[in-house]
Amino acid sequence: MNGAHDLGGMDGFGPVDPDPNQPVFHAEWERRVFAMTVASGFLGRWNIDMSRYARESMDPAEYLATSYYEHWLHGLETLLDEQGLVTREELAARKAELSRETP
Amino acid sequence: MPSGDHGHDHSDVPSDLALRVKALESLLVEKGLVDPAALDVLIDTYETKVGPRNGAKVVARAWSDPAYKMRLLSAGGKAIAELGFKGRQGEDMVVLENTDTTHNMVVCTLCSCYPWPVLGLPPVWYKAAPYRARAVRDPRGVLKDFGVTLPENVEIRVWDSTAELRYLVLPQRPPGTEAMSEENLAALVTRDSMIGTGLAKTPGQGEAT
Repeated sequence: MNGAHDLGGMDGFGPVDPDPNQPVFHAEWERRVFAMTVASGFLGRWNIDMSRYARESMDPAEYLATSYYEHWLHGLETLLDEQGLVTREELAARKAELSRETP
Repeated sequence: MPSGDHGHDHSDVPSDLALRVKALESLLVEKGLVDPAALDVLIDTYETKVGPRNGAKVVARAWSDPAYKMRLLSAGGKAIAELGFKGRQGEDMVVLENTDTTHNMVVCTLCSCYPWPVLGLPPVWYKAAPYRARAVRDPRGVLKDFGVTLPENVEIRVWDSTAELRYLVLPQRPPGTEAMSEENLAALVTRDSMIGTGLAKTPGQGEAT
């Protein structure tokens, strides 16, 4: 499948920033997204091609404007919704609940 | 960076994102789909335990033991497992040897496929658009971004990783290291030298990162 993720050979992205002092994770939410994605994979409900497809089917403009673990989060939410394990409605409701608790 | 940053400055992560992640975790835990303790173990493993020091041991062994090097180049995954490194995202491994005339460089243009058991999780630049876009089109230019200039007669081969197949570059052993122990050799092997965006350090250049 082609799309915004298919970056090989594209011009205009500028130089590489090889900063050697970058941490593995930049924020706690990145750690959680990484671990939830790997752990949910163990449920055996999807394979690596399905999880790639879920990330790569992100809206192209959004894909290019968001960071790596946001792609993972989008992919995980999509797979969980497709499998009926955690629906988008449940997620929206829980988010609303949490935001009322912690203003 | 004012432009081309693509959202990699995480200093002001929208709290909306943190909330979205928290909501997802609380639902997964509540439904018994993930174990919070297992999440902590995964994070600790990949943040502090699995990393490029594993790959450095593989390279140092190959430099010191010609029979091991032959096994490594003919069946990468099996030879790497001899040192105890195996598991996710490293099931099928190909090791690429750099020589006086060939320099290998690894990319994943489509996402961020990377040999986790030997290098850990990929650095930010490996996952970001500039490297993925340009590595296949202008590898010499990319190497320049890393401060590496190779002679014109050295052929650069760029390998695009896939979900199934991961690569590890076997960098050239630096000159003047003939008498060094395997352990001291491993300290010369940098992460970038095993991706092909750098070279191994020469003795006295300091600790590898």
